[in-house]
Amino acid sequence: MEWRDQGALLSVRRHGETSAIIEVFTPQHGRHAGVVRGGTSRKIAPILQPGAQLDLTWRARLDEHMGSFTVEPIRSRAASVMGDRLSLAGLNAVTAMLLFTLPEREAHPALYARSITMLDLLGHADAWPLAYLRWEVALLEEMGFGLDLTRCAVTGSRDDLAYVSPRTGRAVSAEGAGEWADKLLPLPMCLLGQGPVEADEIRDGLRTTGHFLGQWLAPSLGNKPLPEARQRLIDLLDRHF
Amino acid sequence: MADATRDIENLIELMAKLPGLGPRSARRAVLHMIKKRGLLMTPLADAMHIVAATARECLNCGNIGTSDVCDICTSEKRATGELCVVEDVADLWAMERGASFAGRYHVLGGTLSALDSMGPDELRIPKLVDRVKTEGITEVILALNATVDGQTTAHYIAEQLEGLGVSVTSLAQGVPIGGELDYLDDGTITAALRARKSF
Repeated sequence: MEWRDQGALLSVRRHGETSAIIEVFTPQHGRHAGVVRGGTSRKIAPILQPGAQLDLTWRARLDEHMGSFTVEPIRSRAASVMGDRLSLAGLNAVTAMLLFTLPEREAHPALYARSITMLDLLGHADAWPLAYLRWEVALLEEMGFGLDLTRCAVTGSRDDLAYVSPRTGRAVSAEGAGEWADKLLPLPMCLLGQGPVEADEIRDGLRTTGHFLGQWLAPSLGNKPLPEARQRLIDLLDRHF
Repeated sequence: MADATRDIENLIELMAKLPGLGPRSARRAVLHMIKKRGLLMTPLADAMHIVAATARECLNCGNIGTSDVCDICTSEKRATGELCVVEDVADLWAMERGASFAGRYHVLGGTLSALDSMGPDELRIPKLVDRVKTEGITEVILALNATVDGQTTAHYIAEQLEGLGVSVTSLAQGVPIGGELDYLDDGTITAALRARKSF
């Protein structure tokens, strides 16, 4: 068995004295693991940093075997974010959430494309927090827990949308919310592509996506807690903005 | 004779578990030691016996020594106000090989890693903060690996030390001595370019 694809590196683990087991996210083969012989060597270890874009060739005798990767670097993302704690936290959050969420060997080309765009934006401090928030919405949708933010679940109106129902994931307008407003989740305007992006809106948006990641997605994956890397990113965003 | 053979096989099996050794190289090492019994094997066995009985982790910095507090921590000459934070004892030994750092160390015992369930509580970060407060530290040098986990840990420590009135620095990243640009990865070249200095 053999295939060749591109992918983003999600994790690296030492395997024995000289090898490493890596997990990558590829467009055609989804999240895929394999051994890299000599992966801890001085030559290859710098290439195998989470977030790196790699050219991958996977080989195994049988399809169900873990198999081994031959890797060629395309570009490193870690080097451009290591000096910035917020961007580094963003990189950790994206890779951790993908590891947490994706089933093995199941292609998600749309999410792959979104994830690569997200990772490439990490060096741009003014753009990526909103991109991360939208990426989480896309992640929920890809996993079958999409939010319906097009119209109010109560009135059917497309205007004045201000909340998200924590039970259904549908948008609710200020008028439709009525006395239930304090029980609903915030729907920041930036998620609807409207208005300027304020730090508070990013925080509100992450609170909303966090609710559905924790209450909908996590139980479907065995009720594991969400990765600490996500909370660390939120804590840093709170401190920086 | 059979028992003696079993003992030797047992020694070979134990040696083969050491880093860098496999069954064949362990067999060669054991054979070499048996041939040089008086010169090598007996002194080695004695040394291992002593270290096995006395080696322990320094209660202050996490270094390995033969007393509760290691020689570096007890040396007055090393009380320069500089504290070098490293991931592992092997990194501390690497720094000492360079003989260019005269201060004290703090060994974290790992880096933050979600994959390995290593959170701040599993590392010696609270002890580091405590040392900075009580040992008259003026500069903390973060000598952590230039990996995503290493730098995530460095940023976390820097946050924990904010407001303690201590200077926090980190090792430079760039072209190694003897390094050829053609063979460097793009990340290292990027880091080196960013950290360029006037010549």
